[in-house]
Amino acid sequence: MNNTELQGVSATMTTPTPSTFSQENVLPTEVKLSARTIHAYFGKTHALRDVSLDIPSNSVVAIIGPSGCGKSTFLRCLNRMHEVASGTMTGEILLDGINVMEEDPVILRRRVGMVFQKPNPFPTMSIFDNVAAGLRFNGMHDRKKIREIVEKSLVQAALWDEVKDSLNKSGASISGGQQQRLCIARTIAVSPEVVLMDEPASALDPLSTAKIEELIYELKKTFTIVIVTHNMQQAARVSDYTAFFYIGELIEYDQTKKMFTTPEKKQTEDYITGRFG
Amino acid sequence: MEHNEEVCGNMKPGHDSTYFWRKAKNSAMLIFSFVCVLLAVTPLILIFVYTLRQGIGSLNLDFFLQMPKPVGESGGGMDNAIVGTGILIGLGALFGLPVGILAGIYLAEFGHTAFGSLVRFFTDVLSGVPSIVVGVVAYVLVVLPMKHFSALAGGVALAILMIPTVTRTTEEMMKLVPQSFREAGLALGIPRWKTTMRIVFPTALTGITTGILLAIARAAGETAPLLFTALGNRFWSTSIFNPMASLTVFIFDYAKAPFEDWNRQAWAASFVLILLIFLLSLIFRLATRRQYEQH
Repeated sequence: MNNTELQGVSATMTTPTPSTFSQENVLPTEVKLSARTIHAYFGKTHALRDVSLDIPSNSVVAIIGPSGCGKSTFLRCLNRMHEVASGTMTGEILLDGINVMEEDPVILRRRVGMVFQKPNPFPTMSIFDNVAAGLRFNGMHDRKKIREIVEKSLVQAALWDEVKDSLNKSGASISGGQQQRLCIARTIAVSPEVVLMDEPASALDPLSTAKIEELIYELKKTFTIVIVTHNMQQAARVSDYTAFFYIGELIEYDQTKKMFTTPEKKQTEDYITGRFG
Repeated sequence: MEHNEEVCGNMKPGHDSTYFWRKAKNSAMLIFSFVCVLLAVTPLILIFVYTLRQGIGSLNLDFFLQMPKPVGESGGGMDNAIVGTGILIGLGALFGLPVGILAGIYLAEFGHTAFGSLVRFFTDVLSGVPSIVVGVVAYVLVVLPMKHFSALAGGVALAILMIPTVTRTTEEMMKLVPQSFREAGLALGIPRWKTTMRIVFPTALTGITTGILLAIARAAGETAPLLFTALGNRFWSTSIFNPMASLTVFIFDYAKAPFEDWNRQAWAASFVLILLIFLLSLIFRLATRRQYEQH
């Protein structure tokens, strides 16, 4: 079941022909996360309507769409963070074939980490402690091992060279772009399998954004990444697959190249070309 | 800055009458605020200076190192009362702070229910209960069953006085911590209680400290609830099961005594009490100061 060939990315959506999938050097063979007929509610708001899509391993999936279309909600459902904002969900989300609703949320979130829109390093902790937080609070006490993982994570987040001499400084003392990379380091330190990113660069300047994008490209070698973004160019640059959401519904989901050149749906085309509401 | 001819007319900004009035109002408000700051700080300085001047005659090493002398003898000190006040505050903090802090955390994190509102309401009412009534309650709860006055009863009375302040400040400060820190913790797979205690609570700690200080300072200055609980003691005693001396009760007794010597000692005790609260605040602030200031 895990090795399902990624053909009908979503049963209800466009079925890409095999040729569109073989263009990229990355040929997906494995589905990491699979959403099946998801409906999500916040109070009386019906935030997601019947969304089904498969997220292949070691790829970057971008979720685009206008504000309030349910992008963030969908992202949060993937590691049950929607519950923190007291949302509810029906349908199934399978992580390696296992229903996430049957998993303990604490365990699930160690496997499916999250980076938020606004950089949010813990203000009472140093740079080092920020990255170590997830390890320490989950019961790791081996100092040497923690040190190793912290360094590795900061290297992976392309932040090590900038902070290696100031690991004891406050996590809030570095620039916004550095803070966001610190948050990414903190997230990958607990070695998740999937990293969810909720508009990770929307609060950053263009240079920091470029760094985050490069980083995403590197990270997909190790992690499966789902990124919500308002920036269409960003989606085009970083992602392998793109999903277009509109008013709680998944309109189209396909290879990014195809989505941005020859989308199937008129709505997608209008949105991508900026002719949309 | 660009100036729109139509809005500003032909006048240059420096000669603009609106500009002049805006500057004038700005200065007026600044001066007004500054005067208010002076007014707010003056009482403390006056009290400090006045108590010091009145009590300076009795402020010497003996005051801190000796016990009260029997009636008729001059000199002596209040070492037992200074230590007693310390122990009473310590007991009050020991009983009151954990309850207040944990109740505040509960209200902030889980208090969105009807039960939470009820607790909040009761806490507010409790903070309005006169301290003498709290003293009577501690008398009934602790002194009567024990059949004698004790420092323990005093500690309970002070704890009841501290709880509402600590609870509400803790709640408010915890609520000020942005939701994004809670989410960041939870998204790392850190359990809820650890996220609350190890991430949210430390972030709120600086503010909570202020509440704790207010509560302790208030408790340290209480006299009425100690009159029927710790009672007072002219002898050295550190047993929490016996009556205990305190600075406030000493001030009360000595200020109304017909001996000038005692009156002076009451002033000295007042000064020492203020100084103690001052030092306590300073130490507490330094100890819980945020390791990292946000830039």
